Amino acid sequence: MIEQLMPSFLRPLAAGPMEQFEIVRIIPLDFNGAVDISFTNASLWMVIVVLSATLFFALATRRLALIPGGTQSMGEVAYEFIAKMVRDTMGDEGRQFFPFVFTLFTFVFLSNFLGLLPSIPGTPAAVHSFTVTSHIIVTFTLAIISVGLVVVYGLIKHGFGFLKLFAPSGVPLWLLPLITPIEIVSFLSRPVSLAVRLFANMLAGHVVLKVFAGFVGSLLAAGGVLSILSVVPLIGIVGVFLLEFLVAFLQAFVFAILTCIYLQDALHPSH
Amino acid sequence: MKRWLQAGAASALALAGTALAAAPAEGEAEGGLPQLNTETYASQVFWLLLAFIVLYVLMSRVFLPPIGNIIEERRQRIADDFDKAAEFKRQAEEAEAAYKQALADARARASRIAQETRDQIDAEIKAMQAETDSKLEAEIAAAEARIAETSAKAAEAVREAARETTRAIVMALIDEQPSDDAIDAAIRAAGGAR
Repeated sequence: MIEQLMPSFLRPLAAGPMEQFEIVRIIPLDFNGAVDISFTNASLWMVIVVLSATLFFALATRRLALIPGGTQSMGEVAYEFIAKMVRDTMGDEGRQFFPFVFTLFTFVFLSNFLGLLPSIPGTPAAVHSFTVTSHIIVTFTLAIISVGLVVVYGLIKHGFGFLKLFAPSGVPLWLLPLITPIEIVSFLSRPVSLAVRLFANMLAGHVVLKVFAGFVGSLLAAGGVLSILSVVPLIGIVGVFLLEFLVAFLQAFVFAILTCIYLQDALHPSH
Repeated sequence: MKRWLQAGAASALALAGTALAAAPAEGEAEGGLPQLNTETYASQVFWLLLAFIVLYVLMSRVFLPPIGNIIEERRQRIADDFDKAAEFKRQAEEAEAAYKQALADARARASRIAQETRDQIDAEIKAMQAETDSKLEAEIAAAEARIAETSAKAAEAVREAARETTRAIVMALIDEQPSDDAIDAAIRAAGGAR
């Protein structure tokens, strides 16, 4: 295979584009096959996400001052950003959801962002950089948490009145048999669209990066003129990498703001 | 060489094929997309929920309230400062109004004093003028009286002289002593209106 022919430093480049998404067990915990909740590289990166968020906000809130320092400013910018989003979509009532939306945004953003870190060459696969949100089960769970909160809160606050969500006010009665199924389908597709949007964006970005990296490796290994040509995909990597920073932020933003919009339904089902 | 290009092209194709089936990664025992391996789901969901809950508790209990407080405090402080600035402005405006009032009062008083002084002086001048006028009139009247007296005396003297002359002429002419009445009548007739 290609790998054996390559010099050792190029070998990581030849790894398949899907290899970066492999789940590797670090601490197996499968309770004799009952349920497998092993601590994996995905779990490790979830912990890293939580730890970096904790570290950042611990630094940001360490010495709070009326005239903020650098880290405090960044923390406040993040706070104001999400606070404004919550206020704009839900008004003052949305205040109770602010910590949730903030946590969601922070988690998704840091997952997307930290997944872009390059792996340290020569380390075992378990500690290779890993994007938590590139797994559909993770994004789907997050989406279910969001939509679940909408349903639970809506039912608690409005009882059966929450079902008005599926019968928009102002629609003539004879249209309801048509509108209601559409509303139900659109409601049910929310978690799916939330989950797939984030997952697909992360997956595609990382696959493109890896494929470009594979080109660089192949061209370098080929030698001669082709080695020089390897600059082209390298520039491509830089471009896509910058784009991925934008995507990392944008997808976290989209996830958070859609959650806000869905939560607005829970506050006021009869839209 | 072509083999490498083909390998590159193959990985490019892999991109397109990622969505569903996904070509098995080279040399990997497990086929298919790692994301579709349901065996990992329980572990991922478990650790995700754990991480998410920990992060939520940290955020909602530890980190967000103080940031919110400090932002609120700053907003309050800025609002206070604005209020204070407005208060100072109001005070300054009041002081300015008081100053203007005092200035206007002083001007009014000054003009009143000037007017009073002018009136007083005018009155004094009028009084002095009146006094002078009456004194002068009295003097004029006295002078006129003196003149009239003098002229009456003169007229009397002339008349006396005329009488003497008339008597003398009559004595010389007819040698007769004319009566005083006749002489007076003759003089009156000669003197006309006198």
